[in-house]
Amino acid sequence: MKEQTPLLIMEGITKEFPGVKALTDVQLNLYPGEVHALMGENGAGKSTLIKVLTGVYTFDEGSVTLDGKSIRITSPLEAQNLGISTVYQEVNLCTNLTVAENIFIGREIIKRGRLDWKEMNKQAKELLKTRLNLDIDVTKLLSFYSVAIQQMIAIARSLQISAKVLILDEPTSSLDQNEVNQLFDVIRKLKKEGLAIIFVSHFLDQIYEITDRLTVLRNGEWIGEFKTNEIERLELVSKMIGKDLNELKSGERRTSNKAFERKRPFLQGKNISKKGKIAPFDMDIQEGEIVGLAGLLGSGRTELARLLFGADKADTGEIKINGSMANLASPKQAISNGIAFCSENRKTEGIIGDLTIRENMILAMQGLQGWFKYIPRKRQIEIADEYIKLLNINPPNPEQLIKNLSGGNQQKVLLARWLITNPKLLILDEPTRGIDVGAKAEIQKLMLSLSKEGMSVLFVSSEIEEVLRTCRKIAVLRDHKKVYEFENDQQITQKDIMKAMAGGMT
Amino acid sequence: MTKGFQLDSKHLPLAATIGLFIVMFLFGSLRYTGFFSTQVFLNLFIDNAFLIVVAVGMTFVILSGGIDLSVGSIIALTSMVAASLTMNAQLSPALVIPLSLLVGTVLGFSMGCLIHYFNLQPFIVTLAGMFLARGLCYLINVESITINNEFFSFMASTRIPVGGGNFISISVIIALLVVVAAIFVAHFTKFGRNVYALGGSEQSALLMGLPVGKTKILIYTVSGFCSSLAGLIFTFYMLSGYGLHANGLELDTIAAVVIGGTLLTGGAGYVAGSVVGVLILGIIQTVIVFEGTLSSWWTKIAIGGLLLLFIVLQRVIVARSKTTQTSIASH
Repeated sequence: MKEQTPLLIMEGITKEFPGVKALTDVQLNLYPGEVHALMGENGAGKSTLIKVLTGVYTFDEGSVTLDGKSIRITSPLEAQNLGISTVYQEVNLCTNLTVAENIFIGREIIKRGRLDWKEMNKQAKELLKTRLNLDIDVTKLLSFYSVAIQQMIAIARSLQISAKVLILDEPTSSLDQNEVNQLFDVIRKLKKEGLAIIFVSHFLDQIYEITDRLTVLRNGEWIGEFKTNEIERLELVSKMIGKDLNELKSGERRTSNKAFERKRPFLQGKNISKKGKIAPFDMDIQEGEIVGLAGLLGSGRTELARLLFGADKADTGEIKINGSMANLASPKQAISNGIAFCSENRKTEGIIGDLTIRENMILAMQGLQGWFKYIPRKRQIEIADEYIKLLNINPPNPEQLIKNLSGGNQQKVLLARWLITNPKLLILDEPTRGIDVGAKAEIQKLMLSLSKEGMSVLFVSSEIEEVLRTCRKIAVLRDHKKVYEFENDQQITQKDIMKAMAGGMT
Repeated sequence: MTKGFQLDSKHLPLAATIGLFIVMFLFGSLRYTGFFSTQVFLNLFIDNAFLIVVAVGMTFVILSGGIDLSVGSIIALTSMVAASLTMNAQLSPALVIPLSLLVGTVLGFSMGCLIHYFNLQPFIVTLAGMFLARGLCYLINVESITINNEFFSFMASTRIPVGGGNFISISVIIALLVVVAAIFVAHFTKFGRNVYALGGSEQSALLMGLPVGKTKILIYTVSGFCSSLAGLIFTFYMLSGYGLHANGLELDTIAAVVIGGTLLTGGAGYVAGSVVGVLILGIIQTVIVFEGTLSSWWTKIAIGGLLLLFIVLQRVIVARSKTTQTSIASH
């Protein structure tokens, strides 16, 4: 029943930003009456492709054909006029206006020189009722309704412009299961009406539930187009992260570490959760244990780590540290309980570019001591020198501005910042991303030696080999839920972990 | 049932303003003999007609999330231009009026363009506009220019009877016309709704394809025009042009708009509220005049206290409406 000519064809799309090639020769074929998933990890180019399609960016090379006509979109307004509408993750409507107004603003109905509120309210109510099965009071302010309903209203706005292509960018990330089902009912209805829908989501279960076909991107490149019911989860995941299934051997094991006989729990978390971020999970970390957090980017790994550090506040659950209840409501409390956190965004949340290596290292220690107990400069230099040597930081000059260092060395300075405070649990969120192989190996080695000295490490990484090599226990996250916990013994292989990441395993 | 509650939270700041005005009027009436009269009420309009007009323009600016600090200086500059053109250049009022109105309109338009095209803070641009306009006054004349002209005298002294021996001035008619026009613009034109949308979220307004730039420029143009119109009304009232006229009036205006229930962050508020806000400033002054022994500086103290009260009130309302939303979301 599917028509054979695509409604929208994007071909050879290339988009370059200064210094980065965000998209290289990407293609996308969209048929009317289908739900098409755009898959890829964060940074794979999904957002860029959507922004190109909606006119936020213009592409450097390639062509876009809509309904058989070649088009070039230069602004969001133009895209809307062509029938391409987007509903963003963060609802882009005005909460201070009424529901009806949000649907009609920009295209208001005017009668005798004035806005015809009566007609707009009537039409808005009808539109929501007939097309979205939503019977609400459209004269109320948008802020009166939940995010789920606001999202429906955003969809209604797109329909009102008689959209042909509807792009849903992460629409389910802040919805609960009921709301997701409600949204999916609407999507199915719109699909039947012949709308072409692009669906972006990190939730694999949802992709398999709602989409017909999918296009996979990786590092800004087009990997392939597949029928959703013809590609297995495991294969899909391997396409997304770029690991050929046949290459995954069980070899390369970390030598079993007999030193882990001390079974004294440092942190015991029970039933910790935060709505829209991560489903309730338990987490035990022993003293001197390295726990790996595996999962696709966006599966909730960082969210979990942030909850343990108190950077976000959990809705439910309790955390015991050394056997007694601890209240980790803020990073400050976490730090005083001996927890340290190295953020994955080292540029924005970690280093301060215009300070020196020494100053960057000393920050956390100074914070812990209180700002009025100044650490003497001589002592600061001693500490900095010590860690520069220990971590092999290059250049070995404590007065160098940190922004002039390579990524790997910046990472080491950050690590030093927290090591100086002598934490009992070190949370490392993607410490090895974007740094060279040598620095990676050094950081892994350091983790192992720290754990021997009794420090616990929570290690978040996208690289499965790395996790297998260093961790004793591996927790796997999928769709914002902790789905598996493996003891890293000889039987576990990369394939097992990838299966867990992809889901659909017994 | 729920509808009643909804109306409450949306209109609460406005209701509070009107309630406050009634309480203050009753207080004055009980305390002072002769306070409770139609003429005292009408005098509020006569004495503050110009402030009502500026406040209307300022309401649009604040609704959009901006601010306009130049209004006081533009009033002074307009009065100066009008006086100088009438007395020195001996032009007929038929020419003087449109030329004077052009002063603020052009200044407002230019400031709007700067804010939009160079993506500058409205605060800093209109601050520059404020100094510029004030300076230009003294470029025309450092002294006050008294206006001795038939038309201006007519506008100043004509009393329009409204029955029962009470009267209003022509300025009041102009101010009320402006208010009615502004209410229509705010609620029944695309421009008005775009202003609200812009104040709600500029980013969203942009993504919804609204003409953000055009709207911004028009907002400051309207505010400039209102300031000049207010400048003319002020000139009718004072019958002179002077560089020190309306000193610090921009702050009174902002106070009136905020007391009138418009959120300083933009997006919520009513033109009618600003009118009541101006009347509240007026009634404070009237009470102090009736009291007789109090220094006029008590007006400022009272305005300061009220302003604080209203900002806290707004914060409480916003916080409360947020909690109701989450409770709906998580039910």
